[in-house]
Amino acid sequence: MATEAHGSEEGGLVFHPMDQFIVKPLFGDGPVSFFTITNVTLWMAVAIVAVVVLMVLGTSRRAVIPSRTQSVAELAYGFIYKMVEDVAGKDAVGFFPYIMTLFMFIVFANFLGLIPMSFTTTSHFAVTVVLALLVFVTVTIVGFVKNGAKFLGLFWVSSAPLALRPILAVIELISYFVRPVSHSIRLAGNVMAGHAVIKVFAGFAAIAVVSPVSVVAITAMYGLEVLVAFIQAYVFTILTCVYLKDALHPSH
Amino acid sequence: MATETQAADAAHGASAPGMPQLDFSNWGHQIFWLLVTLVVIYFVLSRIALPRIAAVLAERQGTITNDIAAAEDLKAKAVEAEEAYNKALADARAEAQRIIAEAKAEIQADLDAATAKADAEIAAKTAESEKRISEIRAGAMQSVEEVARDTAAEIVAAMGGKADAKTVAAAVAERMKG
Repeated sequence: MATEAHGSEEGGLVFHPMDQFIVKPLFGDGPVSFFTITNVTLWMAVAIVAVVVLMVLGTSRRAVIPSRTQSVAELAYGFIYKMVEDVAGKDAVGFFPYIMTLFMFIVFANFLGLIPMSFTTTSHFAVTVVLALLVFVTVTIVGFVKNGAKFLGLFWVSSAPLALRPILAVIELISYFVRPVSHSIRLAGNVMAGHAVIKVFAGFAAIAVVSPVSVVAITAMYGLEVLVAFIQAYVFTILTCVYLKDALHPSH
Repeated sequence: MATETQAADAAHGASAPGMPQLDFSNWGHQIFWLLVTLVVIYFVLSRIALPRIAAVLAERQGTITNDIAAAEDLKAKAVEAEEAYNKALADARAEAQRIIAEAKAEIQADLDAATAKADAEIAAKTAESEKRISEIRAGAMQSVEEVARDTAAEIVAAMGGKADAKTVAAAVAERMKG
């Protein structure tokens, strides 16, 4: 794609593995404002359509004996519902639609990003930071609303010796605030790195001698990326559940 | 594609070779569309999809429970039917036994009656025969005595003696006893 174009133009191996992440308007060539229709808009809309197709159209027959699509939708439902129940506790099922939204968006954004020529919305920190901050803010608010000042007990490790507790409290406090950072960078970093590596291998494919190796490497990386696409969505969701558990039951 | 990319490169200037992710000029744009997407997905899921799937799962659970209950019902019915069948079989057997015993008793009674009758007849016949035999025997004895008396009288007459009828009779009676 763009990489090859650059390569052929400049007559050498020039890699632009990050070009695939550039946000650009679909119509015209102006600056990107809030409401501009860009590739970000397009692929987020495709994610919405995919979610609607799977979760709404797939279950429209409400069959007791499910069709394939309905089975997948039920599987996703059961998977996340059980995760919320098991990890965050029975009283967290009220947050199930919210967690389901996060999971469905991330998993579809990741998988849609694996379509060649597509744009991966979850490879952008702008997206993952907002997702992680939403979780962080929600968890913090829920923690204080449900437990009041006792929520601060999360940072006061009562099982440790008294002398160590202030130090541990500082560490716990730092780790608490680092959560959204790691939460967001983990997702975007994994997705971005995989896509960039595939692009780098694609760049090597311009040399005829190495191109078979390159094609094999791209195939292998692609397989790995399929795995990563699901695992990162899973990890993001389960960490959300873990944080939510901390907010609902802050005792260590 | 290439020209577009280059245009984008040009637009971003120095940041182009770096990470587009760190181009903060379009964060507002991305965050806006992300929030729109999340809200849309949230409403689609929480208003339509999730309640529907929950209802389907509950319905399936209900159907399975009902089917299991119905199966258990049918099983109980089958057991009942088997019991009724066994009972009928046992009843029929008992009835048959009773009829057989009855018939046996009846036959036995008939047989006994017939035997008794036959015995009585035989006894009667035996008695009659014995009477006749004794009659015949008595008759024979009498004839023998008569013949012996006559013979003895004749013998005595032939020997030249005078046969006294009384003496001869006594002598014959004497000998007949011996």
